[in-house]
Amino acid sequence: MANVKAKASRHAKSESMWGYLMVAPTVIGLLVLNIYPFLDTIKLSFSKTRPFGLYELRGIENYIEMFSSPEFWRANLNTIYFCILTVPLGIFLALVVAVMLNAKIKGRTFFRAVFFLPMVVAPAAVAMVWKWMFNTEYGIINTLLAHKVNWITDPNIVMVTCAIVAVWSAIGYDAVLLLSGLQNISKSYYEAASLDGATKLQQFFHITLPMVSPTLFVVLIMRLMSSIKVYDLIYMLVEESNPALTNAQSLMYLFYRESFVTGNRGLGSSVVIWTVALIGLVTVVQFWGQKKWVNYEV
Amino acid sequence: MNSSLERSRRIRTIGIYAFFIVGCVIMIFPFVWMFLTSFKTVEESMIVPPTILPAEWQTKNFQDAMASLPFLSLYKNTALMVFWRVVCAVVFSSMAGYAFAKLRFKGKNILFSLVLIQMMLPSQIFITPQYQMLAKLGLTNTVFALVFPGLVSAFGTFFLRQAYLGIPDEIAEAAYLDGCNQWQTFVKVMAPLTKASMAALAVFTAVFAYGDLMWPLIVNTDLNMMTLSSGLATLRGQFSTNFPVMMAGSLLAMIPMVILYLFFQKQFIEGVAMTGGK
Repeated sequence: MANVKAKASRHAKSESMWGYLMVAPTVIGLLVLNIYPFLDTIKLSFSKTRPFGLYELRGIENYIEMFSSPEFWRANLNTIYFCILTVPLGIFLALVVAVMLNAKIKGRTFFRAVFFLPMVVAPAAVAMVWKWMFNTEYGIINTLLAHKVNWITDPNIVMVTCAIVAVWSAIGYDAVLLLSGLQNISKSYYEAASLDGATKLQQFFHITLPMVSPTLFVVLIMRLMSSIKVYDLIYMLVEESNPALTNAQSLMYLFYRESFVTGNRGLGSSVVIWTVALIGLVTVVQFWGQKKWVNYEV
Repeated sequence: MNSSLERSRRIRTIGIYAFFIVGCVIMIFPFVWMFLTSFKTVEESMIVPPTILPAEWQTKNFQDAMASLPFLSLYKNTALMVFWRVVCAVVFSSMAGYAFAKLRFKGKNILFSLVLIQMMLPSQIFITPQYQMLAKLGLTNTVFALVFPGLVSAFGTFFLRQAYLGIPDEIAEAAYLDGCNQWQTFVKVMAPLTKASMAALAVFTAVFAYGDLMWPLIVNTDLNMMTLSSGLATLRGQFSTNFPVMMAGSLLAMIPMVILYLFFQKQFIEGVAMTGGK
């Protein structure tokens, strides 16, 4: 009896030793790579950059500078505008594609692969082609429109251009996620509905949409977060010498320029902290709002 | 009755195909246009209305792109970055995911909360201090710098923990009774059961590492140490009006991943669908 107990306690001891050993790389990594930098960014946002990589704590000076900068408020507007342009349309189109991919037709694997293609191509390369196609003088899009639209340099249009490219890039990814949600819906619901004489459209609104709403919610949250953090597409489409930059600069673009082009890391850090707060706020609102439309009773 | 049902079904099928054909044209055309432009001369690219096929399939644009960017280094850097990030994510996340899911030790919940905190914060909040650490150590412009933020993966840990939670405890207990120690149980019995999840995490990590732009742009400014993405950003600055060269460069940058995708299309899509929602 005592022997068994001793063995059990030795087992527990070795179990906790292995536990610590196995989480050690990840925990140490997280502390060094994430937790410390997170706290350091907060500190930086209250500091002024000095030469030789030194910092001086300056209270809320950076935040005052940030809140009184028109460029910052413009970046907020641009980011929100980008979200409004891309998120609803992008998710709607992705849902349409997902519903189509869920139909029993030949070649759906091929179609799925085609829509997913932009995901495996680096955003930098994607942006380059679109920049060429949107070129004012020689771009194929203006040729087809027979009209010289300044897609990239007109301050009023540039965000629409970025949004088109963003929606085109993300549609396949979102559709694949939504498709896996659709495939979880049991066929028996549809069979019962058609026996009751429901049309396809009625079936979509009364079966498909409520049943896929949890997946739709996940995609919405994810898309919204990544749209608030948008950087690479806009950076590649709108270079710093572009006259429309002020109207296209997102919060993360502003962060990049402040921190690594201008070298004002304190202010840059304030911008990041602000963006994190914004993402947090949007997420809380989403989770609060989901009760009204997401259906978990399956 | 039956024939009208048949007919409406056929109309529906035709409608779906029409939708997909239009969709495929919209999705594929930019790549076709990139390919065709990359073989045209600058003069030909500026003809209005544009020619569809190049008058002459000349490769000068590729030579120009390769002359201004060290593409071999870019391929090598990108491949090493993706490789090490995938290895680190899969190995460390498997270990931690297993321990968090199956082993009992004090402080487990507190340690796991670090994972959750990281997942909730956007990666940009870590960038400036991460860069400053590397700069202090004199490690910028290295492959290590490219891998650095991906040495551990909070998302991977969370994801593989889920996978291990789905495996019944009895399997690990049986292995233990058979004389395996904890490590052997993990490596020989448990880890192989999460193969699908590990593959999904690998694909997910690779796709996002490959597309990452801001970090490589900040940390490796030496042309020979850039990745394909940050190299393209540099090319964009040099050839801002020479679109055929930029198309050639973009084509060179996307080819390796597209070839992998052609072969492992199913794994790519299923991997991303499994990890979805991050």
